[in-house]
Amino acid sequence: MSNAAIVDHNVPPGEPPHIHHMDTPTAYGAAKLGMWLFLATEILLFAVMFCSFAIMRYYHLHEFHEASHHLDLRAGALNTAILLFSSYTAAVAVTKAQMGDNRGVVKNFTYSLLCGFGFLIVKSYEYTHKAHEGMFPFVWNSDFYHYKNFLGLYFCMTGLHALHVIIGMAIMFWYGIRPARNNRFSGKYYTPVELSALYWHLVDLIWIYLFPLLYLVG
Amino acid sequence: MSAHASTAHGNDEVNYLNWKTGIWSWLTSTDHKRICFLYLFAIMIFFIGGGIAALIMRTELAFAGPTIIKDPHLYNILFTMHGVFMIFLFVVPGIPATLGNFLIPLMIGAKDVAFPRLNLFSFYVYVIGALIGGYAMLNPVDTGWTFYAPYSTTTNTSVSLMVFAAFVLGFSSILTGLNFIVTIHQLRAPGMTWMRLPVFVWASYATAVIQTVATPVVGMTLLLVIAERAFGAGIFDPTKGGDPVLMEHLFWFYSHPVVYIMVLPAFGVVGEIIPVFSRKPLFGYKMVVISSMAIAAVGFIVWAHHMFVAGISDFSAKFFSIVTFLVAIPTAVKVFNWVSTMYKGSISFKTPMLYAMAFVFLFMVAGTTGIYLAMLGVDVYYHDTYFVVAHFHYTIQGGAVIGLIAALHFWFPKMTGKIYSERMARIAFAFLFFGFNLTFIPQFILGMDGMPRRYYDYPVQYQTLHTISTIGAYLNGFGYTFALVNLLWTAKFGKVKAPRNPYNSTSLEWQTASPPVHENFETTPVVDHDPYNYGTHSHA
Amino acid sequence: MAHSHDHSHSGDGHSHGDTLGHVVPVKTFAKVLGALLVLTIITVAAAKIDMGKWNIVGAMVIASIKASLVILVFMHGKYENKIIWTYILIPFILLAIMIGGVFTDDPFRDRIQHFKVTEQAK
Repeated sequence: MSNAAIVDHNVPPGEPPHIHHMDTPTAYGAAKLGMWLFLATEILLFAVMFCSFAIMRYYHLHEFHEASHHLDLRAGALNTAILLFSSYTAAVAVTKAQMGDNRGVVKNFTYSLLCGFGFLIVKSYEYTHKAHEGMFPFVWNSDFYHYKNFLGLYFCMTGLHALHVIIGMAIMFWYGIRPARNNRFSGKYYTPVELSALYWHLVDLIWIYLFPLLYLVG
Repeated sequence: MSAHASTAHGNDEVNYLNWKTGIWSWLTSTDHKRICFLYLFAIMIFFIGGGIAALIMRTELAFAGPTIIKDPHLYNILFTMHGVFMIFLFVVPGIPATLGNFLIPLMIGAKDVAFPRLNLFSFYVYVIGALIGGYAMLNPVDTGWTFYAPYSTTTNTSVSLMVFAAFVLGFSSILTGLNFIVTIHQLRAPGMTWMRLPVFVWASYATAVIQTVATPVVGMTLLLVIAERAFGAGIFDPTKGGDPVLMEHLFWFYSHPVVYIMVLPAFGVVGEIIPVFSRKPLFGYKMVVISSMAIAAVGFIVWAHHMFVAGISDFSAKFFSIVTFLVAIPTAVKVFNWVSTMYKGSISFKTPMLYAMAFVFLFMVAGTTGIYLAMLGVDVYYHDTYFVVAHFHYTIQGGAVIGLIAALHFWFPKMTGKIYSERMARIAFAFLFFGFNLTFIPQFILGMDGMPRRYYDYPVQYQTLHTISTIGAYLNGFGYTFALVNLLWTAKFGKVKAPRNPYNSTSLEWQTASPPVHENFETTPVVDHDPYNYGTHSHA
Repeated sequence: MAHSHDHSHSGDGHSHGDTLGHVVPVKTFAKVLGALLVLTIITVAAAKIDMGKWNIVGAMVIASIKASLVILVFMHGKYENKIIWTYILIPFILLAIMIGGVFTDDPFRDRIQHFKVTEQAK
């Protein structure tokens, strides 16, 4: 979402890039407002599934309860902790960037990236386990076929969320770690770090709601 | 003609059209004015495509019984194509992506939109969406543009591809809207306060908000349709315990506000044209602004009035019927303001003004027939008849498309630096206006007589009105062709050069050169007056 | 002077005058992380108690507290202006409208059938 050149060798490290049609504070405000608007669209993307979840839960309350007990609570809780921690390191990275500590940005974003990988590994373990048991909404002869509405939403929601994890990791690497290794950021210019962190927090934010809905109360 | 110089800023002959040349400089340009033309070119392809589909359907319907289409399935494909092309590919990007792109930075005194590269990116996202949609047409979809479940989740046509195309197009729409919101917030020139923004900017702001926050909803809904088709997610399919009406709810949660995405910018256009040609300040500027935002807000709580006969609960139907009437209030405020602006004005009937007045008339018809359809009891009778078809064509064609054509005529001198032939434009207008009414007034009557929509055949008693409607459609189509060819011809071969401010307008976009220089203004403008102070001391 | 804080590696992080936005000290983030983890434990524990329909209410309330913490502190929401707050709140309002609107429909849908059944019973 950043409109600034990421590694521009014409700009000395720590200085904001030159943007022909706005000054630096305007560009910073614009980028941040743009990112928040984009996050609003992302929340609304998930809102459709939360709404569907509410309606499907209304129709199939009993099945939703039972099916949620078939999910691996420990894996879900572990993933919650992983994401919360990664969100913390991403937030720290912004503070480090504001203080001009580019090594701190690299370090903290790397922690977040590793957490992202950890999350995906746990998630794929869960998926494989479900595939093994035939817990898919379309396996009509499995023991779990009457959970199909729950499972359909489970896979749609966690699948889209996992996609966002991957995108968030790519953004953190490309717009955060890579330029920080070139000492790009300072208190005068850290927009890409803040925007990448905002995106990563959104990933966490969605999971904060997904975890109790899917794993705990069904 | 102007020299093809690529440097030498400040020279009047160098403008955004010729400061760089070659097709590549257009396709990769991040200049909002050039992106306007990229969009204009792209959406016109689909306007023509959708129009041809409409004319084929009207030809088929000219006489009872099969005439030129022997296969009813082909008729289903045609109306789906007409709907998808016109809604997703033409009218939704219509005014915002073309004139919104061109005008918003000019009107607020900015050099460009906030994110110029994102702007170009959103155009290519649109192109990708259009290409996917075109590819989906190889196994044509026959669901109608609404993709209602469970038919859309079970039919063998390439619904998945088509709804994915709509998802991608929605993404383009989101990025455009997001860009405009940020632009209007951050890049206003010194002195351009919120209450000095032209109403077109306000209308575009309201539109951009809807584009940004409503489009993701339909995007996800369509992805869930794909999920339903791909692995039976059990959300919309009733045989798996899903709720098909939920799909309609989610679909209309976006697709009702999308009507305002289409028509709000047209409101803005009319709000710009009427004061200029009446030589009077816009009546009740603040109320026009508030009503734009109110329409955007109310648009989000009325969606289920599209579903009165879909099997929703009677509580829900009553609730949504009552709140739908709220839409009439801000809309009527607008009509009242336009008419009051004209009252005792010194009106000159130039082509843009003719279109603007036609808009007010056509939109009045659309709005008042909308009241019928908002009424629960009446709608149960009118639902899925030609009455509905005529109503929303008055809204979308009489509103959004006429608004676009009006805007193209009004800002044509600014966009191209040429003046078109007033006589030709008026002839085109006459065909367009007469043809349009001739097409759709009979359809109101057909609807009242009970002619259902989406049928390719009908009993003989509907014959006369259908024939009249078909004749009207051809006149209407001829009017559009004539108007667009006139503009295109003038842009290419026109000899009369436009001055900076041919209409003696007071708003900011007319104060720069026609066509503007690459970065819009020679120096950053400082604004010290309202956009419509006609008849006051500072302007003639 | 402008280069001075390029080398400031101290962890305290008071608000620097020449940064573009507000600087939140790392310690604050650590406290919030602790709170979030505690709330996670609470929500898991609360789910073990059967409170009927109140389980989901409780879980959603706790989740909303967690989400507010993330938005306010991690995402610097506390220091953002009204415009950004408008666009933070809009999606949540729309979600409420969406769910509210759909729930005017589904729970009331079988009322007509219900009348028929009672008539037959008579």
